Amino acid sequence: MTPPLLGPKAKKYLLLKFDSPWLNRKLLVGLAILFTFLLFGLLGRFFWNTDLVFIGSSPLNLPPAGFENLRGQAGVGAHPLGTESAGRDMLALMIVGAPNTLFVGIIASVIGIAIGIVLGFSAGFIGGRVDAVIRVTSDVMITIPPLMVLVVFQTSIGEIGIVMMGVLLSTFMWQSPTRLIRSQVLTMREEGYVRMARLSGATTSDIMFKELLPNLMPYLFGSFIAILTTAIVTAVGLEVLGLGPQRVPTLGRAIYEAIASAALLKNMWWWWGIPTALLATMFIGLLMINLGLDEVSNPRLRKL
Amino acid sequence: MSKSRFPISFSFVANRIGTFLLTVVIAATLIWVIPRMSSVDPAEAMLGRMASGAGFVENSDQILSDLRERYGLNEPMLQQYFSYLRNLVVFDFGVSVASFPTPVSQLIAGALPWTLGLMIVSIILSFVIGNAAGAYLAWEETPRLWKVAIPAAMIFTSIPPILSGLLLMWLFSTQLQWLPLSGSYGLNATPGLNWEFIFSVIEHGTLPVLSIVIVSFGFWALGMRGLLATVQGQDYVRLASTKGLKPRYILYRYMVRNAILPQVTALSLKIGLMVSGQILVESIFSYNGMGKLLYDAILDQDFPVIQGISFVVILMTAISVLIVDLLYPLIDPRIRLEGGRS
Amino acid sequence: MGNEQIVLSVKDLRVYYASRDGDVKACDGVSFDLRRGEILGLVGESGSGKSTATSGILKAITPPGRIVSGQILIDGEDVTEFSDDDMRARRWRKLALIPQSAMNSLNPTMTIHAQIADVIETHEGRQEASALKARILDLFSRVGLPSRIYTMYPHELSGGMKQRVCIAMSIALNPAVVIADEATSALDVVMQRIVAQTILKIKEDLGVSFVMIGHDMGLMAQVVDRIAVMYSGQLIEIADVRHIFQQPAHPYSQMLIESVPSLTERKPLRPSSGITHDPRNPPSGCIFRLRCPHAGEICAQSRPPLVEIRSGQSVACHLWQKNGSEAYVRSAV
Repeated sequence: MTPPLLGPKAKKYLLLKFDSPWLNRKLLVGLAILFTFLLFGLLGRFFWNTDLVFIGSSPLNLPPAGFENLRGQAGVGAHPLGTESAGRDMLALMIVGAPNTLFVGIIASVIGIAIGIVLGFSAGFIGGRVDAVIRVTSDVMITIPPLMVLVVFQTSIGEIGIVMMGVLLSTFMWQSPTRLIRSQVLTMREEGYVRMARLSGATTSDIMFKELLPNLMPYLFGSFIAILTTAIVTAVGLEVLGLGPQRVPTLGRAIYEAIASAALLKNMWWWWGIPTALLATMFIGLLMINLGLDEVSNPRLRKL
Repeated sequence: MSKSRFPISFSFVANRIGTFLLTVVIAATLIWVIPRMSSVDPAEAMLGRMASGAGFVENSDQILSDLRERYGLNEPMLQQYFSYLRNLVVFDFGVSVASFPTPVSQLIAGALPWTLGLMIVSIILSFVIGNAAGAYLAWEETPRLWKVAIPAAMIFTSIPPILSGLLLMWLFSTQLQWLPLSGSYGLNATPGLNWEFIFSVIEHGTLPVLSIVIVSFGFWALGMRGLLATVQGQDYVRLASTKGLKPRYILYRYMVRNAILPQVTALSLKIGLMVSGQILVESIFSYNGMGKLLYDAILDQDFPVIQGISFVVILMTAISVLIVDLLYPLIDPRIRLEGGRS
Repeated sequence: MGNEQIVLSVKDLRVYYASRDGDVKACDGVSFDLRRGEILGLVGESGSGKSTATSGILKAITPPGRIVSGQILIDGEDVTEFSDDDMRARRWRKLALIPQSAMNSLNPTMTIHAQIADVIETHEGRQEASALKARILDLFSRVGLPSRIYTMYPHELSGGMKQRVCIAMSIALNPAVVIADEATSALDVVMQRIVAQTILKIKEDLGVSFVMIGHDMGLMAQVVDRIAVMYSGQLIEIADVRHIFQQPAHPYSQMLIESVPSLTERKPLRPSSGITHDPRNPPSGCIFRLRCPHAGEICAQSRPPLVEIRSGQSVACHLWQKNGSEAYVRSAV
């Protein structure tokens, strides 16, 4: 099959094979990206005047420093990322908006995975009717696109805040962790070590937390990142349609306003471009973490 | 062993169709219930929207009670619910408020083919390209060049398609001006089976499809990469190489053919999300599908249209999932005779 | 002995696995010849290197393993330096495998007949449909499989049937050598006997030579012509079946023979004394000396060569020395 490995090539292979799996390059890069993102949002307000996020606080339609807009105005240092047509400073908007976007996702996925763990374990362990109900509910809800229901929700109920949005989103985020945990529990339930635990008198919660949960960790992390990504994607989707939190700045909302004001035609690329770039960075970070976790849990992928 | 050799068992089909119907009913119910959770009176809201252009309304009481009469708002809730369901079965969503008195179903019928076309093309392309990319990424015999190029192309994975749509739009429509900015076909092309029209459709559809495929194929590639890596270590693959079979044949018939099974399952789980993403792409490209319809309806606060679109989109998704689910036993022999899925 | 054709010749094969603490010498200088129509049994404990040796012969070693040195001749051809493509062309036609776990060695999404057909068509080109079917059904009958399994999928078959499918598949191209890797280990005694008989029948009818790997000496004795005993990567004795059972030369072979339960004699259960060594840190000199009750000073100094102590028996042990008249005798060291 593969030609025999000799000498130096074998050594190089060795080095890759025997490091600690958690020191995965991709995982670390992804975490670094997300961390930077968070820092930017959380600490940014100490370095920049966030009052500039209010409407009318800055000159209109300025491009970022070093560029010129269609009217021939040049960017200024006071507004390094430019301003938009309602007089908001872009940098301030990003500093306030970025964490908001991330928080909505985090709230939704934390609640989602918590529900997922509870329901997944119950379904897998208790079985029977409980399992049937949980399974059917999650299967049905997975088919329903969250966007549509949330659109209906928001157009009838109206304005919602960041936390509320996160909670709403979580109603669509628990299904895939539940399925995942349920199937893992079903498999693990029959494994030797679980039977041993049962026979030696361990309680159900003991088995759950001491035997099963540690083995589920890689899957849980992977699932968390996956639903975090989905939650943010859906939230941004709603915001870009003009729904979502309207009184607090979010990255998606900024893009919505940019499109609604025909920023593309006015060549105000910074208005939609900078939030897009920030969002893209965040998603790439999440993706790297996902890839890294993949490799941690599936050793065969490490040499690829 | 004298089991029937018929591919799909009856209980399996019944199970799947049952889930499908349940999904549709629950979705319809959600769409109906949620607005009624707010304290807004539908009749007043309707009147308000219609009057927003006029300013002052005479005989508002009369109009309100007529509206209530017409839409059956005076009937008990349960009866309203059943009338609603009955209407849904014949696709009666009422009339649009913003484009009064066009029936919502008519608006949707005009937009549906475009959405459907985009959906089928982009889902198939992402799935095929993605799984192929993932398989080659994990295969031992792939030249190193591809193993670097493919992940590079996957850099946009899991970015929402709206963002990639914006970027592509900016790059190809406004800057380079290679492809059109909006619409689903050019204004000078007459609809019909002529080359000009078909070419125009392809031209206008390229960016929307591309936005979706660029960001979705990575998901399939990642999944396939992991699955194929696992399959590659299986005993039957080892025996296949020992048998001296051609490597590419082993890749397709022994590896991919087995690794694709969970991917098909994943497809039915992902269709909901892919459709959501597509709706958004349509809205920014002003593609004449349901996305644009939705975006406009939100702006106009055209509630019947929003409801109608939501239902139809959910229905489309549920049907796609049903089709994929029914297709699964045809490719996995182990499921065929067992009559159900674990 | 004599001029019977040699279908497989292994010369000083070494397969090492890279590890953090140095190479594990899984197969360290194994040599043997296999004659046409002969069944050679390869026995040893887990970790003795029997599977590694055969993987090496099949050139199926994957990293972190590698073939360090040695020569492999199949049907007269030296395949040691062959490229993947050249080797692939000869696979199955010259050298086939009955894999260890038949359960998992069949493609779940292919029918039985398709899995046999594909190897035939890959190596012999497109076949005419009815001729191919007849050929496959003939293979089935050789191993005692009913013809109805032709269109079935692997999951519909029992373990024993799957094993026999693998056997049928292995002889599909009438190879010179078939390696049967623990072909009977996962089966019940009834199936074991059937499989053993099948292999014997194939040898008689088709003249196929077998290398049978296993650790059940008793079963081996009924099937094989010669036995090769491996210990920790080295071939320490190779002899005709009668010789090795009546007069095992190497102390380790003696241990193995004594452990075979007898129907006539009541034997005490004697666990072996001595320690098994860490594979990454083998003892100097003779590899078995830490467990050998007869080990002496010379055993720590040099590795004993494999010498033919009489016709049909070779052993690698310092206990066997030539006396004055050029015959080998066993003495103390």
